Order: sequence, then C-alpha cells, then structure tokens
Amino acid sequence: MREMMLIIIGAVLVNNIVLSQFLGICPFLGVSKKLKSALGMGMAVTFVMTLASALTWLIQRYILEKMQIEYLQTIAFILVIASLVQFVEMVIRKTSPDLYKSLGVYLPLITTNCAVLGVAIINIQKSYTFAQTLTNSIANALGFTLALILFAGIRERLEDANVPKCFEGMPIALITAALMSIAFLGFTGLQ
Amino acid sequence: MNLGKEFSKGILSENPLFRLTLGMCPSLAITTSVFNGLGMGIAFTVVLLASNIVISLLRKVIPDSIRIPCYIVIIATFVTMIEMIMHAFTPELFESLGIFIPLIVVNCIILGRAEAFANKNSLAPSIMDALGMGLGYTLALLVVSTFREILGAGTFLGYAIFGQSALIMILPPGAFITLGCVLAFLNKIQNRTKHSVNS
Repeated sequence: MREMMLIIIGAVLVNNIVLSQFLGICPFLGVSKKLKSALGMGMAVTFVMTLASALTWLIQRYILEKMQIEYLQTIAFILVIASLVQFVEMVIRKTSPDLYKSLGVYLPLITTNCAVLGVAIINIQKSYTFAQTLTNSIANALGFTLALILFAGIRERLEDANVPKCFEGMPIALITAALMSIAFLGFTGLQ
Repeated sequence: MNLGKEFSKGILSENPLFRLTLGMCPSLAITTSVFNGLGMGIAFTVVLLASNIVISLLRKVIPDSIRIPCYIVIIATFVTMIEMIMHAFTPELFESLGIFIPLIVVNCIILGRAEAFANKNSLAPSIMDALGMGLGYTLALLVVSTFREILGAGTFLGYAIFGQSALIMILPPGAFITLGCVLAFLNKIQNRTKHSVNS
C-alpha cells in the first residue's frame, strides 16, 4: 500500500507528466482555453491511458516477451493505442451519445498524444507489476488532468489581462506553464 | 514545381516548431544540451525523410480510408530502426534522449507532413519538403538548446563559457521560459516587418 501511495504522489505531484516530464504538451497547450473542454480532455485521457496501459502491459508480457520480439514494442504499442482509441470512440458513440458529445472531439486527438504511449513505455521500462501499472497510469492521468485544469483556469483569466503585444497567445501560455512548473518543483521535497 | 521553395519553407515561413508550434514535447524535454538537441534533430530528420519517401512512393497504393494506420506503421518502422541504430552506435545519446526516441512516432510533424504533403506530391518535392522541415526543426532545437545550455550549465557543446550558471534553465521551467521568449521575440520581429510594410 505504501508503495502504491509513493507511485501516486510521485506521478501526480513530484514528476508531473506535463510539467516535469513534458509528455502531452500538445493537448496541454491546445485544449486549455476553456475550463470545460479541459475537463473533457482530462477525462478522455484518463480513460484511454488506463485502458492502453493495461493492454500494452499484457501484450508486452504475454506476446512480445514470450516470442522474444521486444524490438517490435514501438510498432505494436502505437497500433494497439490507435485501434483502441478508434474502438472506444465507436463504443461510446453507440452506447452513450451524451458522453460522446463531451468526449468525442478529443478522442481522435489522443492517438497522437505522446502521454499515452509515453506512460505505456515507462510502465514497461520500470518493470512494474500489473497492479502498479494500473496505479501508475491512473495517477499519471490524474496529474495530467490536474495540470490541464489549473492551466485552463489561469488561461481564462489571462484573456482579460493586459499582455505585451508580442507575448500574446502561445508565448504567454508558455511563460505561465513555466511558472506552474516552478511551483510543481516545490513538491520535489516530498519524495 | 519549385523544389527550392519546398525546401526553404520548412526553415522560415513554415518552421514546424516556431511557426506551427508542432512537436513541442521533445523540443522542451531534450533541449538541456546542444548535443542532445542536435542528436534529436538528426534522428527526427532521418525518420521524416524516410517516411516521406516511402509514403510518397506508396501514395497510390494505400487506400484512402485506412491511410492513417498505414502511415503510423511506416513511421513506427523507421523509428524502431533509428532506435536500434542509436542504441548500437551512440549509446550515450540513446541514454540521454531516453523515452523520446520511441516517441518520435507520435511527433505530430511527421504524421502531419505525411498527411499534408507526401500523399499528394511526387518523390522529389517530398524529399525536399522532408529535408527542409527536418532542417527547420533541427535549427529550432539548436536555438532553444543553445540558450538553455549556455544559461543553465554555463557551457556550449561541453566547453565551459561561464563560471556561474542558473540551474533553473536546465530544469523543466527553463524549457518553457526559453521557448516562450523565443516565440515572443519572433512575434516582435514579425510585427515590426508588418509595420514597415504597411507604412
């Protein structure tokens, strides 16, 4: 249990996936203009990341390692993630149109979200067990959602701020992210 | 078809990192030293060139409805090759780039060029496009990593320049600050040139 807590705190706060590992920067900067869409994206990522990590762990363990073709890891994982996203999209569209409306637009984007593939590979590299893999991916997804929502909240305020002309748009978003990243550095002492 | 233009657009007017702000993750994560930035840029360019060539040659064979999975498989194949080559010949670089080598697969620039350029154009323009985009991305990585290494470690390519250094520039916040300032600087220049054209 203690070990699981360490993984969770490490992934959410200390080594936050966006602010200190730089995975998933594209959706972090792209879908953070509105608080509502940030929440939707966070939920979609949590869902896909957990499923993808579990599936890739099983594939690595029972197919790639059994057949000693670990070098196919990248190809196998990206294919699994891409088809998983497609599948999830189809299932959600069929079963719950409401959820599809709120998650739908973000799902295709997730295929090229490096956070999902990144966490899947990190789980293998750290040779986590299945339970640890699940914990780690959920915690990372929560860290992603946390950073995204905080960032979206700040950006909504930034809309009204008087920003120097050349810093408008992307530059000021990056500087904001830098300040948030400095704040998250403060959690380093926790571990 | 103007080949020179296909080449040069990737460097300035459509620079993938500075203009289109694509491929942000590696550009923030591995630019802690100029050597890493250069290594990433070269690996990226090789993958982009190879995938553009293959996709351009196969553009009439690949059915339209499943083109994205096909592109991903082609790109992932080349990424795996690069990964193995780097593991064998440059183990140091392989260690320091770490997870970001397999993550070249999900670099939006490569899939973006495949979708926007290579599947519509013949071989020669696709090669020029890949070379231009690759060079543009490498240059952008070099700019960011030069600032970060000089300010954060006080060195350039490992040679000492300053005795003192601001550690924060090597740490994650430094990446965001550097890229933000570079983008703001480019905006400033663009605004100024627009002004002088208008007046």
